[in-house]
Order: sequence, then C-alpha cells, then structure tokens
Amino acid sequence: MTDDAIPAQNTDDAHALPLAVGDRRRGRPEPSLNDPVFHISDLDVWYGDHQAVRDVTMLIGRRQITAMIGPSGCGKSTVIRCFNRMNDLIPGARVTGKVAYHGENLYDADVDPIEVRQRIGMVFQKPNPFPKSIYDNIAYGPRVNGMKGNMDDLVEEALTGAALWDEVKDKLKHSALALSGGQQQRLCIARAIAVRPEVILMDEPCSALDPIATARIEDLMAELAADFTIVIVTHNMQQAARISDYTAFFTADVDDKGVRHGRLVEYDTTVKIFENPADQRTEDYITGRFG
Amino acid sequence: MTSPTLKAPAGAGPRSLRRAKPRYGERVIQGLLLVAALVSVATTVGIVVSLIPPTVDFFERVSVAEFLGGTEWTALFSTPEYGVLPLLGATMLITVIALAVAVPVGLGAAIYLSEYADRRVRAALKPALEVLAGVPTVVYGFFALSFVTPRLREWWPGGGTGPDFQNALSAGLVMGVMIIPTIASLSEDAMAAVPDSLRDGAYALGSGKRIVSVRVVVPAALSGIVAACVLGISRAIGETMIVAIASGLTATLTVNPLEAMQTMTGFIAQAGQGDVPVQSFEYKTIFAVGALLFVITFVMNVISIRLVRKYREVYE
Repeated sequence: MTDDAIPAQNTDDAHALPLAVGDRRRGRPEPSLNDPVFHISDLDVWYGDHQAVRDVTMLIGRRQITAMIGPSGCGKSTVIRCFNRMNDLIPGARVTGKVAYHGENLYDADVDPIEVRQRIGMVFQKPNPFPKSIYDNIAYGPRVNGMKGNMDDLVEEALTGAALWDEVKDKLKHSALALSGGQQQRLCIARAIAVRPEVILMDEPCSALDPIATARIEDLMAELAADFTIVIVTHNMQQAARISDYTAFFTADVDDKGVRHGRLVEYDTTVKIFENPADQRTEDYITGRFG
Repeated sequence: MTSPTLKAPAGAGPRSLRRAKPRYGERVIQGLLLVAALVSVATTVGIVVSLIPPTVDFFERVSVAEFLGGTEWTALFSTPEYGVLPLLGATMLITVIALAVAVPVGLGAAIYLSEYADRRVRAALKPALEVLAGVPTVVYGFFALSFVTPRLREWWPGGGTGPDFQNALSAGLVMGVMIIPTIASLSEDAMAAVPDSLRDGAYALGSGKRIVSVRVVVPAALSGIVAACVLGISRAIGETMIVAIASGLTATLTVNPLEAMQTMTGFIAQAGQGDVPVQSFEYKTIFAVGALLFVITFVMNVISIRLVRKYREVYE
C-alpha cells in the first residue's frame, strides 16, 4: 500500500482528532436500517473502459443521514450520482448491478430518469442557483413538474424549510446571484425540497463555503432529516462524524496497471465507524494516517 | 535544520538597476499594434466625415420633414421627389421577412447544436453552417432571382398573378437564409458558455431536455442570443446585393411583399453605378440615404453592445 510512504500523524492516539461524534444529531432517534429506501447491490460503474467503482452493496435507511467519506478518487461522488441517475448525463458512463429504490431498480430499462429525479433531489458542490429571481428559483421545479396549489405558499414553505425565509422574504424578486455563497447553497436546498422529494442527495455541499455557512447547513441537515432521507458525500470527516447516522467509508484500490477502482470498505453506524472501526484502512483514514 | 546561506558572488559589485541598453523593439511593436487598432476607428471617422458635407448640402434643399415624411422617392427622375419612406419601408419589410426566417431557424439550430447534438455531430455541423456565411451575397441574390422566385410563382396557391418577377418576399427569404449562420453560431456560443452546473441543477429537479433548454439555458444565454439577433438585423439592413438583384429597383411604398421594391441599399447601389455626375444633386442624395443607413445600423450596434454589457457575468 502506498500509505506507508505518507508520514504518519497522530499515530499514538486513535482519537487525537477533535471529533465530536454525533454533535449535531442530538435529539434524533437511534440510527436504524429497518426501513430502507435504497437497497444497492453489486453496483459497478464504468466511465468508458475504466471501472470507477466496483461492487458496492449497501442499504440507505429512511430519514437517516448517510455520509459517504473517503479519499479523492474513491468513487463516492460517482456512487451518489447513481442514486438519481445523474450519471446518465456523463457520456460513456455505464452502470451495472442494482440500485433498488423501494424495491424498484432505478436502472431498469423502463424507468424514466425524470421521474426518478423528481423523487430524489440533489444539491451540488458549488451552489448553482439559476440566474433568475429567488422566487423563480424555488418556483422552477414545481412549475415544470406541473404541481398545483398556491405558488407563493409553496415558495415560503420551501424557503422556511431551508432556514432562508427570514433573510430573503423582503427580496424575493431580487436575483438569486446577489446572495452570499452560503445563502445560495441554502437556496439550492430550498429549490430541491420545493418539489417534495423523498431523498436529498448532497455532493460535498459545504466544500465551497466558509465555516459559519457550513455550520448553518449542518444544522439545517439535522432538521431536514426529520422529513427527508439525506445522503451526503463529504471530504470533511468531522462533518460526517458530527451530522450523520451512518457512515460509508470508500477507498480506491490501485491495480497492477496503476488504475484506481473505488470500493466500499466499511459501512456502519457513524459511532461505530469513528470510535471502533472494524477495518484497519478505515481506522488509518479517520485518524489521518492515510488520505 | 539550518538553511544554506546565500552569498553574493565574491568580487561582483552591486549590479546597476538601470537599463543596460534601450529597448527600441518594444516601442516599434507597440506603435505598429496601435496603428492596427486605429485603422478601423480612423475608417469609421473618415466615413462619417465624408458623409457629412454632401448630406448637409442635401438638407439645404430638401427639408428633413420632406425627406423622412415623404411617400414618393424618384430621386433620379426628371421631376424628383425625395420622400425616403418607400426605401425605408422596403428595408424594414425585407428585414422583417428575413428575421422571420432566421430567428426561429437560427435559434433552433443553436439549441440543437448546443443541447441535443452529440459531440461528433456538432463537430461536423457547426463548420458546415458557418460555410453558409461565407457564400458571396451576389450568389444569394441570383439564387433568389433564378431559383426561389420561379418556385414561388410556380407554387403560388392564391389567386391573382402571384409574386412579381422581382419581389421583396423572395429577397427576404433568401436574406433570412443568409443570416441563419450568424444567429445560429453566435447563439450557440452563448449557450455553450452557460455552465453545466446550471443544467445539472435543472436535471436534478426532474426536468427533461426540452425544459432544460427552453427554461434554463436559453434564458441564461439570452443576452448573447439577443446580441446575435441584433447583429443579424444589422446585416439584413445593410445587405445590398440580394435586394438589388432580387427585389428590384422601383421605389414603391407598399406592405405587399409580392411586389418589387427598392431598399435604401438598393438605391445606393443603383445610383452609385456611375450614371450620376459627381457633385450633382442626385449624387448628394446617395449620401443622405447613406447617412440614414449609417444612423440606423449605428443605433442597432449600440443597442447590441448595451445588451451584452448589461447581462454579462450573469452566472457569477
């Protein structure tokens, strides 16, 4: 393994990092996988000839926050993009195995990715509000999905749900691009929940934000988990430890030709992963010895 | 760990900070580049300056009201009338016909190339489309006269005689085809500049391709699309050969596109062919019409620049 070459840090104490496991999930029910939303089995993903992810099998529990962590190139973003078929948009991407959503494989031939994405929303690494007003950003999804009802109420509800209403209620007609980065990201979360999905996928939602904005999004995630199933990819181990119920640790195997294949190493409750990991590679990663 | 100390080479005194030798080359290059930049500015100024004196002479005899309000244009006749409305009306009508062709087709082509076509198709189609922009306008003119007009006359469904031998419709349609590449290519550039993150955001909300194109990409690229259309309008207003050949040389004030009519550029081309003595009054009419044309295209270009500036950096 290449990690032997990397100078070790914190080797003396596995808990030297200031990890406050479960800090932001106080008051939430015990982690449970009894009511799974996703049942992923034998998932392989190729980009052209390159197998980016190999053999992932895991359950995602309803109204749980599931974190996916691991070093760069371990395939965690690739895996999360399979959960709402966003990989369809990448030329040459190919998926085998099963991503069963309430028992129905998302990759069955007759499944419509548009229907999938109306139930399984996504928030991206960089805030990507449309160059429209705040109001129109939120109303976009409900409008194109033909949702009925009072749009003003819906916009207010979504913005309140994303803890943004008080900051923007007097400037709904202003451009969304005038908001700060953290506000823009909460706007994107509001835009996602406005179409009332069951699941919200978050692909490194805080990596472009400062620590204060990050803290607000983390608080928000804990609130949203009462109603939504959340899957988050993060580079920030402390973030995973603070907010998530379950943590999946991915890493990349390097084959004889030097090609990297992502794989799931260990998946368990966040407390178990961070306090008593079963796999040596997980322990090395979370203690900062590798990655 | 101790860092190695850096010592000045022994014996060498402090090096002068003054230039060892003057760099003339830089200045020459800079001068040449400045000249290159000034050529087009100087030409524009030259055109304006040369337009002014004959135009002023013209308006000493013909009032502005008569020029802009008159409905008869017979400048080269023995009993001349100088009402520019027939020429202006013909220019507008043909421009509108051209835009009615070029905007939907150009925008459709741009949306297809930017959002639907896969990379190989786009790589083949876009240059092919741009070749269309390289066809000389005189070729388009004869295409209109000798192909489009006969077909229009042949297939004309309604009663009456159908389109005249020279008519605004045929010129407008072919001019529309001529400016399709301008609108398609520039609009496609504007749409390609829309970041994929916006498309991802829209797809992730459960939008199909059509919705993403029409509700997200086109609005985000709107400034570039509008600028492309304004440039198309400028080209249509200024286009000469197609209208001179296919639309005729008779100044008629009509909104019937089946009739022959003369545009502003058509008149200039006709009058400028050498029959008109220099410094005669007829000669000055050319400049008056030219000045009006210049003002119109100048205003269009200013609008275009403003629109582009106003909406630039819209994704930031």
